[in-house]
Amino acid sequence: MSELRSILADTVTRLFTDRVTKDVLETAEQGQWPAALWQALEESGLTLPLVTEKQGGAGGTWGDAHVLLAAAGRFGPPVPLAETIIASWLLSESGLEVPLGPLTVAPVHRGDVLRLERGSGGWRLSGTARRLPWGGSAGHLVVVTSPDGPASGARAMVALVAAGHAQVTPDHNLALEPRDTLVFDNTPVLTAAPAPPLIPGDIVWLCGALARSAQMAGGLESLLAQTVQYAGERKQFGKPIGSFQAIQWQCAILGEQTAAAASAAASAFSAADRSGPAEATFEIAVAKSRTGEAAGIGAGIAHQVHGAIGFTYEHSLHFVTRRLWSWRAECGGESYWAERLGREAASRGADALWPYITSR
Amino acid sequence: MGAVGTFRFDLCTLPPEAEALRGEVREFLRETLGDMPPVKRARSWGGFDREFTRTVAARGWIGMTWPRRYGGHERSALERYVVLEEMLAAGAPVGAHWIADRQSGPLLLRFGTEAQRERFLPAIARGELALAIGMSEPDSGSDLASIRTRAERVDGGYRVNGTKVWTSNVHRADYMIALFRTRVVPEKKHEGLSQFLVDPKSPGITIRPIIELSGAHHFNEVVFQDAFVPEDMRVGEEGAGWKQVGAELAFERSGPERYLSCLALLVELIRAAPADPGERMAVAIGRLVAHLATLRQMSLSVAGMLQRGENPNLEAALVKDLGTNFEQEIPEIVHGLLGCEPTARGSDLQQVLGYLVQHAPSFSLRGGTREILRGIIARGLGLR
Ligand SMILES: Cc1cc2nc3c(=O)[nH]c(=O)nc-3n(C[C@H](O)[C@H](O)[C@H](O)COP(=O)(O)OP(=O)(O)OC[C@H]3O[C@@H](n4cnc5c(N)ncnc54)[C@H](O)[C@@H]3O)c2cc1C
Repeated sequence: MSELRSILADTVTRLFTDRVTKDVLETAEQGQWPAALWQALEESGLTLPLVTEKQGGAGGTWGDAHVLLAAAGRFGPPVPLAETIIASWLLSESGLEVPLGPLTVAPVHRGDVLRLERGSGGWRLSGTARRLPWGGSAGHLVVVTSPDGPASGARAMVALVAAGHAQVTPDHNLALEPRDTLVFDNTPVLTAAPAPPLIPGDIVWLCGALARSAQMAGGLESLLAQTVQYAGERKQFGKPIGSFQAIQWQCAILGEQTAAAASAAASAFSAADRSGPAEATFEIAVAKSRTGEAAGIGAGIAHQVHGAIGFTYEHSLHFVTRRLWSWRAECGGESYWAERLGREAASRGADALWPYITSR
Repeated sequence: MGAVGTFRFDLCTLPPEAEALRGEVREFLRETLGDMPPVKRARSWGGFDREFTRTVAARGWIGMTWPRRYGGHERSALERYVVLEEMLAAGAPVGAHWIADRQSGPLLLRFGTEAQRERFLPAIARGELALAIGMSEPDSGSDLASIRTRAERVDGGYRVNGTKVWTSNVHRADYMIALFRTRVVPEKKHEGLSQFLVDPKSPGITIRPIIELSGAHHFNEVVFQDAFVPEDMRVGEEGAGWKQVGAELAFERSGPERYLSCLALLVELIRAAPADPGERMAVAIGRLVAHLATLRQMSLSVAGMLQRGENPNLEAALVKDLGTNFEQEIPEIVHGLLGCEPTARGSDLQQVLGYLVQHAPSFSLRGGTREILRGIIARGLGLR
């Protein structure tokens, strides 16, 4: 591990252990922005891992960002850390200045079309961005548009929009994380620039899938730790339930799924470092579909082992499982990414399967 | 809520020399296997071909990591890994050297006498010596420590009585490494076990074929009636057998053969897919590709741990259980998608399906059953 990475890992783990308390999670679920938590993250330099040092970031790699996102998955801090990491990277890559405060990114749904037009006095944004993470509470929004829709090959544009200029319809996901719909109507943007060639129109979708993979893998680690601990403590029939083979095997399967998710996610971040996220679609597709599958299996096992207590709002298991159920559906569910992988495998042909896997 | 530190799967990147070797191995396999039919490739390490093994040995690909003075090639564990995965992916008939290269050789290297190493290791590395494993008995499968085959001390060695079973390929092997009870310690079944190099053609040993459900002959029953094993054929200390077997099984579980057994079927499924496979088939294939890629990463991480001299017991058990589940899912998924009859003739796909659907049940039995592995994993997680 590089020096930066181990500093980030230690700092983020300490910070989340101290600050992502049950109280913070619960008040955030009631709609309150955890300002102190965000401030602490910013002051510790954890929000801009991919921004160059010159621009005020940590000058790190995707592998460094991975450490932060996996921790975000383990602890579930109710702030747009993943979104800020992606948004600030997009700004930095496009040579735009990175503002302070929480950021979010758009569009996160396929089919959402945002149009950037040069009007009198600068660029203006129009269109609807559905269910943006922290769309209503982030200070700024980073939008990636391409002239002919997200899938076209044409050069994308990256634009920075200040909050408060859109019409906001608040909503949230199952985990009560904000997912707000924003409507822009000829809204002025602060700055805009053409994205560098390695940033395609669907970059937000790709990076979102990458980030959610790491978060889900982290969430599974937390489920495994909680479940193994509970199995060792809870007694029935005069002994810990973890002494029953049936429970041991459930924990073993949870361990396997956790390990598979962690490997798949790590491999995608490493590919992103090798060639940029846009050239790592294979690994991202593998990671998102594999971690999503693991999330469903893992959440089921964790609840089964916890019995009725884990089914209550009082117990904290649900802070992870509700996130997993939401995250696995965001930026493409398992079947979306599997279908892409399957079509690509079919078009490469049977004899290319193994050479392709080993060349990645 | 915090991280668990019980297992680690650090990403392992293969060094350039290992990737260069991959090209050589592929070239070699293309030339040697030619247009070997898919159903033969599906046999993977079930295929036994001494001539092939000698050709592999001539390339320096058996005993790759062993010291030169024992006929080895002092290459890295990662270079060896690349050779193994390429052989398996191609379905090369590696059965005549697989066991010796994977577990018997390393066992001798670690616990054998100097004389045993000098005698056996170079012969294995030349591809001339096939080994078999004699652990299981009729009444001792998962509970291996309960074995009863007795080796009693006699002048110059041991007299052996008892029965081994499921002994793969012993009917064509040159030696077997067998676990016997050299001392009965009441209430302590793990004590008093010792390992021996046994020549299966010695007097007092009878080998009877056991036919698999598919009709194939692969494993056997081995009956010992006053068979003599010389003292110098004991491997390791008398009574140290349990510890040694544990180490041997760890070698056995840590390789890529535990997730690749049905690769041939996935390949044929993709071959059968039309250019536009449709959503249902694309999703199924893509999901298997995602699992395959992830398992390979995990398996490679285990190889990385071996290369660094770490002990990947828990990681290997995790990968083996995930890997055999993956292998066993493939015939089910192919059946679900295509519903074609598994046959001995028919299309390549039907034949491969026919072979693998009948062999898949063994994948989660051999080398430690799924249930036993999950127990090992639970212990690794701190539950036992
Ligand atoms: C293809 C193949 C090749 C083989 N080759 C060899 C070889 O070369 N040499 C050799 O020595 N052996 C060999 N074996 C034997 C193999 O090691 C055994 O099959 C294995 O150890 C299981 O033993 P068993 O078959 O007696 O099943 P059992 O141990 O009787 O198990 C039957 C079932 O009970 C379950 N079970 C047993 N104990 C427990 C427990 N404590 N908790 C929960 N469930 C349990 C098992 O998991 C299994 O599902 C081979 C087996 C196969 C299938």
